[in-house]
Amino acid sequence: MGYVAIADRDHEVEHHDPQTFITKYIWSQDHKVIAIQYGLTAIFVGLIALGLSAMMRLQLGFPDSFSFINPENYYQFVTMHGMIMVIYLLTALFLGGFGNYLIPLMVGSRDMVFPFLNMLSYWVYLVSVIILLISFFVPGGSTGAGWTLYPPQAILPGTPGVEWGILLMLASLGVFIIAFTMGGLNYVTTVLQARCRGMTLMRMPLSVWGIFIATILGLLAFPALLVSAIMMLLDKTMATSFFMPAISSMGVDPGHTGGSPILFQHLFWFFGHPEVYIVALPAFGIVSDLLSTHARKNIFGYRMMVWAIIAIGGLSFVVWAHHMYVSGMNPYFGFFFATTTLIIAVPTALKVYNWVFTLWEGNIHLRVPMLFAIGFVFTFIHGGLTGLFLGNVTIDLPLSDTYFVVAHFHMVMGVSPVLVVFGAIYHWWPKITGRMYSEKLGKWHFWMTFLGTYSIYLPMHYLGFAGVPRRYFAMGNTDFMPASAQDLNAFITMAALFVAVTQILFFVNVIWSLRKGPKADPNPWDATTLEWQTPDTPPKHGNWGHELPECHRWAYDYSVPGYKDDFIPQNVPAEDAPVGRQHGVEEH
Amino acid sequence: MEIGLIVLATMLAMLLGWLLKQSFNTTPWIAEAVEESAYQAPFNARPKLVALTTFLAVATSFFALILSAYSLRMELGDWVPMTEPSILWTNTVLLILASVVFQWTRNHAVNGNADRIKPGLLLTGALTTAFLAGQWLAWQELNASGQYLTVNPSNAFFFLLTGLHGLHILGGMYVWARATVRTFGGQEMDVVKHSVELCTIYWHFLLLVWLVLFGLMLST
Repeated sequence: MGYVAIADRDHEVEHHDPQTFITKYIWSQDHKVIAIQYGLTAIFVGLIALGLSAMMRLQLGFPDSFSFINPENYYQFVTMHGMIMVIYLLTALFLGGFGNYLIPLMVGSRDMVFPFLNMLSYWVYLVSVIILLISFFVPGGSTGAGWTLYPPQAILPGTPGVEWGILLMLASLGVFIIAFTMGGLNYVTTVLQARCRGMTLMRMPLSVWGIFIATILGLLAFPALLVSAIMMLLDKTMATSFFMPAISSMGVDPGHTGGSPILFQHLFWFFGHPEVYIVALPAFGIVSDLLSTHARKNIFGYRMMVWAIIAIGGLSFVVWAHHMYVSGMNPYFGFFFATTTLIIAVPTALKVYNWVFTLWEGNIHLRVPMLFAIGFVFTFIHGGLTGLFLGNVTIDLPLSDTYFVVAHFHMVMGVSPVLVVFGAIYHWWPKITGRMYSEKLGKWHFWMTFLGTYSIYLPMHYLGFAGVPRRYFAMGNTDFMPASAQDLNAFITMAALFVAVTQILFFVNVIWSLRKGPKADPNPWDATTLEWQTPDTPPKHGNWGHELPECHRWAYDYSVPGYKDDFIPQNVPAEDAPVGRQHGVEEH
Repeated sequence: MEIGLIVLATMLAMLLGWLLKQSFNTTPWIAEAVEESAYQAPFNARPKLVALTTFLAVATSFFALILSAYSLRMELGDWVPMTEPSILWTNTVLLILASVVFQWTRNHAVNGNADRIKPGLLLTGALTTAFLAGQWLAWQELNASGQYLTVNPSNAFFFLLTGLHGLHILGGMYVWARATVRTFGGQEMDVVKHSVELCTIYWHFLLLVWLVLFGLMLST
């Protein structure tokens, strides 16, 4: 039936093996190559966004010291930094990159169900990135409307990039959504249809669960962004009034009648909040697998973890208006959204407890991926706790426009997912490239990134309490702000530049590993999941050679009492696992 | 936003409910043989059907959100209801006929009557093209009578909704063209049957979307 149709297509391995450089690396339909293409493109734009944040920090730390930063391009930096990081880096990297690489390997399939569509998805994504990058070079530059692109200011004169930047931004988003939908249809169908024999849904690794549910969220939420982008495009180009109120702009009447900017905010955040979880759920899943593997212990409460992912996915659609408390809403409306927001903390906290319980009495190996995973637990708890403040209307109102919010969302969906991205790259690098990296350099990279980002965002909470407003190009004469706030800002800038520069360590490691790294063991971490059991490292096109794997157990058989090894791979039948006492483990 | 929320909540509840059902009474930590049905695809569907269903969920979310925007925007002061061109009734009949003929073609394809597939496909194609042409005429008619896009938000929504629906139909026509080429190129009956089945579902879906849109625009 369904799974047989795809999973047992043995004959295709020979037929589809790509021969030339072009079919192998450029127009490739292999999910692993597409994943790497997605990953490289996303990291490339991510570096641009990192550069933009450095420019912002230079202005904030040392106001008016740099002649190349004026208010207009400061807002352009802010906007493009946010947009690129959230959508073009994190969404693309987690789903297009890790989703593509891990789903077929982890569920024991030869490829995605629709390889051609998968290839198309990457190339359309690349087009969206190119449109985005072009917007830096058009007259007027890229849009400076803020990453939320709120009308009316987003499309009125006075906002940077109102000539072309905003048009290209909206167009790029539309193209991105098409690319994502093509990829997303693939991920969902592959998880539902192409699992190998014995791989029930409840035997899937949590990475796949996280990516799967995040994809569903994306598929249902991105249409809201598409709708708002189309309507704003019409408001801008055809002078319709979906969002644009009757307004006089610099003495000129642009011809709009009573549209509703709040309508845009609803649509935007209807996408925007699930987007947080589109980024977070894959991170949750991957972290669960990293912690379990490197602690040599089964994940605590696997079913609860799955249910929590599902519950978070469902709840994420009913909390969007907590981004709009300051837009002036009915108090009952605010009360409703505060309640749902706090409810979502329950499954999220459950996950955090389970990660900690997984570590408890584990045989913890502090290798590089494990360091990043534990680092994530810290930053995520931190960002999550400040979320409790901001989820309440009365506390949000005074804090909403301050650096407290910047600190909160960078901890929870900036630093935390990026730590997971690094952890995941270090974890799967040996499988992807077949080579090891320098453990020492990786550890330096971790500690400098982890401590560095804390130095950036921890002080920002204080700035927020002191009332330092976010989004401002310069603070001006504000008596309520102590002079020390400026010193703190200078410190934050130094820390930010430090973190940005230390990322060089990562790239040095990558290049060293690719050129001189020792050959990697097929399963260097003694992991149980299927991707580590492939006949070749890196896996060849078709992944499994002649015979598909068969799944006999869940993904977390670490340190099972009575067995000789401290891990039993998913494809090992019960009768084949070597019995005996594990080294250094006492029988209770 | 209520419309969008209710539609999405229903879809999510169905999917998440199904997922939860898979997870109850399971003991994943015990390594044992599992029944064949436990790792099979839901409802024994084929991959393309699953992908189509997923896409329909995306499109449903898309149209539901526009309708939410419609209902929110309608409540603001400047809304003046637009009089829909009467040609829309003809178009509606055309689209219903296209759907009916597609169903008829599908039934013949399933029963193996290969000779009915070609005329069926051509007829649906013609009816659907006529629908698109009719929608275009409706646009022309509105523009000729001065009812431009910018006159009122209700006009803007009319053009937006018909335009986006038309784009979805065009996408369907691309798949229809591929199915037709396959059929005339003498592809295997099984392949043809499957494409016709999928197209039929998509046509019914777009008919349903159109009926909802048209009904809403008529009543407001």
